[in-house]
Amino acid sequence: MLTANPNPNPVHTEAAHAAPDSRRTQPPARRVRRRQPDGGSKKPRRSVLLTVLMTLPLLYSLMPLVWLAINSTKSREQLFSTFGLWFGDDFALWDNIVGVLTYNDGIYLRWLANTVLYVAVGAIGATLLAALAGYGLAKYEFPGRRAFLAVVVGAVAVPSTALAVPAFLLFGELGLTNTPWAVLIPLLVTPFGLFLLYSYANEAVPNEILDAARVDGAGEFRIFFTMALRLLSPALVSIFLLEVVSAWNNYFLPLIMLNDPSWFPMTVGLNQWNNQAATADGEVITHLVITGSFLTIIPLIIIFLVLQRFWRSGLAAGSTKG
Amino acid sequence: MNNRLRLLRTTSVLLGTALTAVSLAACGGGTNDASKPDIVSEEEIQKALDKPTELTVWSWSASLPDVAKAFEKEHPKIKIKVQNVGTGAEQYTKLQNAIKAGSGGPDLATVEYSAIPQFALSGSLVDLHRFEFGSLEKEFTKATWDAVNVNDGLYELPLNAGPMALFYNKKTFDKHDIAVPKTWDEYIDAGRKLHAADPNSYIAADNGNAGLTESLIWAAGGKPFSANGDKVSINLQDAGTKKFATTYQKLIDEKLLSPVAGWSNEWYAGLAKGNIATLLSGAWMGGTLKSGVPDGAGDWRVAPLPTYDGKPASSVNGGGSLAMLKQSEKQLAAAAFLRYVSAGKGADITQATGSFPARTKVLESEKFLAEKDPYFGGQEVNRIFTSSLGAVHEGWQYLPYDVYAISIFNDKVGKAFTGSLTLQEGLNAWQKALVAYGTDQGFAMN
Repeated sequence: MLTANPNPNPVHTEAAHAAPDSRRTQPPARRVRRRQPDGGSKKPRRSVLLTVLMTLPLLYSLMPLVWLAINSTKSREQLFSTFGLWFGDDFALWDNIVGVLTYNDGIYLRWLANTVLYVAVGAIGATLLAALAGYGLAKYEFPGRRAFLAVVVGAVAVPSTALAVPAFLLFGELGLTNTPWAVLIPLLVTPFGLFLLYSYANEAVPNEILDAARVDGAGEFRIFFTMALRLLSPALVSIFLLEVVSAWNNYFLPLIMLNDPSWFPMTVGLNQWNNQAATADGEVITHLVITGSFLTIIPLIIIFLVLQRFWRSGLAAGSTKG
Repeated sequence: MNNRLRLLRTTSVLLGTALTAVSLAACGGGTNDASKPDIVSEEEIQKALDKPTELTVWSWSASLPDVAKAFEKEHPKIKIKVQNVGTGAEQYTKLQNAIKAGSGGPDLATVEYSAIPQFALSGSLVDLHRFEFGSLEKEFTKATWDAVNVNDGLYELPLNAGPMALFYNKKTFDKHDIAVPKTWDEYIDAGRKLHAADPNSYIAADNGNAGLTESLIWAAGGKPFSANGDKVSINLQDAGTKKFATTYQKLIDEKLLSPVAGWSNEWYAGLAKGNIATLLSGAWMGGTLKSGVPDGAGDWRVAPLPTYDGKPASSVNGGGSLAMLKQSEKQLAAAAFLRYVSAGKGADITQATGSFPARTKVLESEKFLAEKDPYFGGQEVNRIFTSSLGAVHEGWQYLPYDVYAISIFNDKVGKAFTGSLTLQEGLNAWQKALVAYGTDQGFAMN
């Protein structure tokens, strides 16, 4: 019933219909009945109060984005002298974009490429490793399995910020600091993803199917890559999405691991530009920082919009199997 | 260049706290190397410049890459990699990490004057007497030379200076018919008058700025910190500190200060609109204004720092130069570059970017003093800065863990700016925390 609803954005329609609905009962009621021919009596309840209450956090979370979008169109002169939530007299978006891409010999593009590298290798690798480990933990008996699982669950509780300094000292010993490995290797390990996959594999990959495949003569690797991975795909997409976001926004770890600006991801690089405003002979380039940040979130929005479809349908597919 | 800035972002505070703790642990015993450094002759330095060498320099200075290029041109065998690894506290954290790890550090790094004791007293920097750079003393002004000498060791050659001055928005002052304040009482009166005329305007913005507070205590004649070997004493109740705290308290009590954080977007906006009418700051603030508030050209002026009795008295805010790490394996070439940066052509290049010089021959030249600055309405600002430099109180010392002190300033003294404590109470709390930290680090606290 719900999956038949083609509307991708229920919040939007709620908001749009809430107000007329309270005044005019007839037409909306008919519409609801049309959508749900079998159960007209079970009309979804709508509340003006809740809609308003939900609109506030929506506005709150959209406001910074709106601010960013508006202010990336302002020149440096107008940035601070005009009202923050409306456009200035000049429309300098294009100049700003050119500025971002060319400042410091175009190092922004280098940072963008680094971020893409960290995101691609980090997220794909982390998802694959989490799949292997989570599946293995869920489907095989071996000594120390419960202890291992306990360690993983414990690791979920430790914030990565707390691990950054010990990780730095460790990588220093290995001679890996100031190399891209120092950013990539920690990204590859995701206890939360592992745990999520472990729980999911328990539910979504029935032992009977595995046994049947073994009887048919399939090896363990073949079973994993041809059957299990497919059954696990909804969880894989979720982990991948979470890893993409965390790798894209990764800041603290590269900040302390990397010294060479040519290996910075965008987060650290943009912050370096921002800090320039607080140095004496540093050029204040806040307008470029703002435009650069704005450009930074666009790929993330695209990835999210593309992947969330898989994510939603995936989760639904998983839930109906049980 | 490489002047001060206070990065009070969560991350840098976190970093600073986590890692100063690690690196200072070794600090207690190894203070001053009793043995004389092995002296290196000028010929040896020159010889080193003919060998292919790559130097790594950590600096956030915008002009240093150009200085490095100029040096490479004169000495083609030398390659210099200038890396901006982070500004201020961020860079110090990385520096301390590298020192702790024993490798991975640069040959030279920007270290602000206030941070020199921290690195020098932990034995991480090369004493430049090794290269007989002590002979360059007369090339630099006394205030900056004092800053680079710690416990008989010479750890940098001064590059710039941050004599305190009062930057004020003449347009705002004229609009409300306010006279330029010479004393602190007049300054407070100006704040009252301005805020009464326009409730959205403030005489200054301050929500707790450690560097500024230290400089204002210094200008008031306070000497709250002293360090000698591993003996450190902290007295934030001395006469000068009290004088500052009582006066500044009036600005806070009467809500004459805008609670906006320095270098934030709101801060730049306030300066652009003239809603923040003055800045008490080092000479380098001129560069920040020009580049961050280009719209304000012609509106701003410079005046001497207000004093308590109307007689000239000043201090220094920020400034720093290059220090050499002991772990550097290319000290001879590094020494040559360091000297080039501060006492050679490099200093001219840096000065051209608007950094305020530390060299006496520049500061005494009429050409420099008579320079008219169009941003400041054609005013001869260098005269004001130079006389401020001459009026700096002598005998000021920074804590051997000033980077840490700054990182906890807002936790302790910041509360005074929201009114839940008095400034003096905040400073007392700061002192308590600093004494506890120093004891933990193995200093003999007094």
